[in-house]
Amino acid sequence: MPVLCSSKCGKNAILKRPKTGDALCKDCFFWAFETEVHSTIISGNLFKRGDTVAVAASGGKDSTVLAYVLKVLNERHDYGLNLVLLSIDEGITGYRDDSLETVKQNRDDYQMPLKILSYEELFGWTMDAIVAQIGRKNNCTFCGVFRRQALDKGATQLGVNCVATGHNADDLAETVLMNILRGDIARLQRCTSIITESETEGTIPRVKPLKYTYEKEIVMYAYFKRLVYFSTECVFAPNAYRGHARAFLKDLEKIRPSVIMDIIHSGESLQVKDNVKLPVRTQCSRCGSVSSQELCKACVLLEGLNRGLPKLGIGKSSLANRARDQQDAEKKEKVICDF
Amino acid sequence: MTDGLQVTLEFGGGAELLFGNIKKHEVTLPVDDTPWTIRSLLTWMKDNLLKERPELFIQGDTVRPGILVLVNDADWELLGELDYKIESKDTILFISTLHGG
Ligand SMILES: [Zn+2]
Ligand SMILES: [Zn+2]
Repeated sequence: MPVLCSSKCGKNAILKRPKTGDALCKDCFFWAFETEVHSTIISGNLFKRGDTVAVAASGGKDSTVLAYVLKVLNERHDYGLNLVLLSIDEGITGYRDDSLETVKQNRDDYQMPLKILSYEELFGWTMDAIVAQIGRKNNCTFCGVFRRQALDKGATQLGVNCVATGHNADDLAETVLMNILRGDIARLQRCTSIITESETEGTIPRVKPLKYTYEKEIVMYAYFKRLVYFSTECVFAPNAYRGHARAFLKDLEKIRPSVIMDIIHSGESLQVKDNVKLPVRTQCSRCGSVSSQELCKACVLLEGLNRGLPKLGIGKSSLANRARDQQDAEKKEKVICDF
Repeated sequence: MTDGLQVTLEFGGGAELLFGNIKKHEVTLPVDDTPWTIRSLLTWMKDNLLKERPELFIQGDTVRPGILVLVNDADWELLGELDYKIESKDTILFISTLHGG
């Protein structure tokens, strides 16, 4: 027996909202969903009229919904934004090549220009080649570090004012939890901010318009709007640690849906004491990206790959560092011998 | 009239990968003394339909958290979840929210 829509519109409800428990019909759900994203955008001051905004598009559910809803809101509320799609091709056969087809579909459906940048052209390595060299143990580290930098470079090349990413409330709660589990205080402080603008000049801000949107609602929105998205798991082994954090959150959410908002709120409210030393963010001496070290993580990983020392920059790196120093020393010796 | 309860089972968001990568299954549930519910359907699916890694779909007696269930395009959370009594010609859709981003 059908449940009526909580907003008393007389129609049958199709969804129970995780955030509020309201039962809504399809039209009232669409309206509530879009209005909440709009108010997140307005209250967070995410955009300025005339901005060119790159939507980081992976072909997955979040970025597909983000691109769609930004287009709808840009027209409905006359934001005056110029929206473009920016995709990163990691070079993963059977995964990214398929999902890029979905992004191209988004480009045609939403009439937005699309820029695709590949790891191969940016770093000289595809993920397939990286995995062939390092195996499947730390490949998510490489992929994550490179993707972050690839988006920055793509955004710079496109000359956009900001990059909008599809991170949703569940993702954010998961990230807060992960940073607590890793004791990463610097990231814990940064990860909940809706605009990640670094103090370093020349980097392009990232914004998260879906920050307060539940994953369930994103998937339901995509389903009822018949948006096409790509939902195949990456062919390389997923990050098991993150997987556990995710499953744990989903279990909690089942018992108490507000846990997602509660964790985000905890992350936002945490204050690091003044006497806690946080890494100073400067620029990588090699590529100019934001970094708290002399060399940014991407450059260290890349150096490891190019030198055949793929452990460089991963975990406890003292061993790898010693190997690098030894290589350097050997090289010097060789130079001396040549004389 | 065929014996049994005819229902359509649909899969999306990656959940189809656990069911032979087929998005739509027309099935007939055998006649039973007690009415079919989602609870008993899940057991039946585990024994008859699930092709691989059942733990990615079923946890305890229910679906794994993160899998959405819709009955005739309505959220099962509005319909009593596991206790919903299945009717002939119902379409039950399972969507995974756990795949991709
Ligand atoms: Zn309504
Ligand atoms: Zn660098």
